[in-house]
Amino acid sequence: MLRLENISWSTPDGAGVLRDLDLTVPDGKLIVITGPNGGGKTTLAKIIAGIYKQDSGRIFLNDEDITDADITERARMGISFAFQQPVRFKGITVRKLIELAAGEKLPLDKICSYMSRVGLCAEEYIDREVNSTLSGGEIKRIEIATVLARHSTLTVFDEPEAGIDLWSFTNLIKTFEDIRKSLNGSIIIISHQERILRIADEIVIVADGSIKAQGDPDSMMKLLLENNSVTGKCFRQEEMF
Amino acid sequence: MNEITKDLLREISDWNGEFKGAYNIREDGQCAGRVSSKNIKIESKTDKPGLEIFIAPGTKGETVSIPACVTHGDVDDLVYNDFFVGENADVIIVAGCGIHTETGEPARHNGIHRFFLGKGSKVKYLEKHIGKGHGTGLRSIDPVTEAELEEDSVLEMDTAQIGGVDRTTRITKAQLGARAKLLIRERILTEKEQTAKTDFRVEMNGRDSGVDLISRSVARDDSHQEYHSVIVGNAPCTGHSECDAIISENGKVDAAPELHARDNDAALIHEAAIGKIAGEQILKLRTLGLTEEEAEATIIDGFLS
Repeated sequence: MLRLENISWSTPDGAGVLRDLDLTVPDGKLIVITGPNGGGKTTLAKIIAGIYKQDSGRIFLNDEDITDADITERARMGISFAFQQPVRFKGITVRKLIELAAGEKLPLDKICSYMSRVGLCAEEYIDREVNSTLSGGEIKRIEIATVLARHSTLTVFDEPEAGIDLWSFTNLIKTFEDIRKSLNGSIIIISHQERILRIADEIVIVADGSIKAQGDPDSMMKLLLENNSVTGKCFRQEEMF
Repeated sequence: MNEITKDLLREISDWNGEFKGAYNIREDGQCAGRVSSKNIKIESKTDKPGLEIFIAPGTKGETVSIPACVTHGDVDDLVYNDFFVGENADVIIVAGCGIHTETGEPARHNGIHRFFLGKGSKVKYLEKHIGKGHGTGLRSIDPVTEAELEEDSVLEMDTAQIGGVDRTTRITKAQLGARAKLLIRERILTEKEQTAKTDFRVEMNGRDSGVDLISRSVARDDSHQEYHSVIVGNAPCTGHSECDAIISENGKVDAAPELHARDNDAALIHEAAIGKIAGEQILKLRTLGLTEEEAEATIIDGFLS
C-alpha cells in the first residue's frame, strides 16, 4: 500500500504545483489519476518514483517511510515508473534494457513473454538498439515491457497513451486489461483516456495541485462528463481518436 | 612467444591457444609464429618490415589474423602490411594490437595497412587496440589504413580502442570504385591524460559507391580527442558520417567533419553530437534499480559496444 501525506511541491521559481495532497493506493488496485493538463499529475507520479523531491509531506510504502529514499532505493523497494516520453539509448539493445529491468540475464522465451504482452515479436526486436530508429509506438511498448519485467509492487505509468497511434492504443488497452488481471501489485496510471479510466478500480481527479474528487469509475466518469470545471477543456474522450 | 603476448592476444583477438585459419603473430617487431593456408598466403616483405598477404580469388569464409604485440618499453615498432584480396573473395581479417610496458620507457606500434580489394570481394576487418601494464612509459598506437576498393567490393571496418593507450593518431584513407561500399565503425575511449586523433579521408570515385562512417567516442577525465573526416563525392554516390561523443569530467572532444560534393548526384550527410550523458538516461536506469554510477557505466558500455 502506498500512502502520501500532505505532499506539496513548487517549481524552482516558486509556483505551487501540488498543495497538501493526500492519497492512498491500496494493494492490488488499479488507480487512474486524471485531470487537466498542468494540474500536477505528472509531478505527483514523479514524486512517487523519487524523480522529484517534495517540498513537504511524507510518503509510505507498506507502512515503511520512504520519504528520504532516492530513485534507486525506491526502485529496489519495488516501485516502477514508465515514462511518458521513453528515453532512447544509442548502443543499448532492447534485450539489454529488459534484462537491466529484470536484474538478470533472461532466456529468449522469457523476453518473448514480456514483448508479446505489449504486442511485439521478441525475435524481431531484441537485438535492435533503443534509439531513434524505433517509432513512438514501438518505444512506448518497449517501455511498458521493461516495467513488466520488474515484477513491481507498485507500478506508475505516466500517460501511456501519449504519442502512440490508434492501432497501438487499442492494443495498449488490451495490455492494461491483461496487466490488470495478472499483476499482484498496485498500478497507478496517469491518463486522459476514457477507455483507460473505465478499467480502473478507482479514479482520482487532480486539478490545481490537489485531489478534487475520488471514487469508482461510473460516478467519476459521470462527474467528469457533467462538470467541465473539474476537468477543464483538456480532458480527451475516446471519440477524438 | 612470452606470457604477456599470450595475454594480449586473448584480449585483441579470438586467440585461445591457437588461431583458426592463416595467421602471423608479431611480437616486439619479430615474427612469433606464422601459418598460411591453401587460399591465404602470408609472406615477408623483402624491402621493409611487414607482410604481404595474398587472398586467392573466390576464397570464402576464411579468417586471417595478424596481431601485433609490444610487450615492454623502449620498443618503437613499425610495420607495413599489404593485403591483396582476390576477386569475389569473402574473408575476415583480424588485426589487433596490444602494447604493454612496466617501465618508464615508451612503447609504440605503428602499423601501416594497405588493402587492395578485387572486384566483388568482401572483407570484414576487425581491429582492437589496448594498452596494458603499470609502467609510466607512454603507450602509443598509430595505425594508418589505406584501402582501394574495386567495383562491387565491400570493406567493413570495425575498430575499437577501449582504454590504456596514451597517444593515438589514426589515419584512414579509402578510394571507392563503382558500386563499392565502405562501412566503418570506430569506437574510442580515452581516460586520464590520454589523447586520440582520428582522421578519415574517403573518396568516392565510382558511380553508386557508398560510405557509412560511424564514430563513437568517450572522453573522460582530462583526456582529449580530435575527430576529422573528409568525404568526397566525385560521382553519383551516397555518403553518411555520424560522429557521436560523450564527454565527462574534463574530457574534451573536437569534431570537424567535412563533406565535399563534386558531382551533382552526390548525396552526402553528416550527423554529429557531443555532450555529457543525458540526465534522463541516468534517471531511466535508476528507475530500474541501478545506482547513478552503474547507470553511467551501463550507458557508456552500450554506447561503445
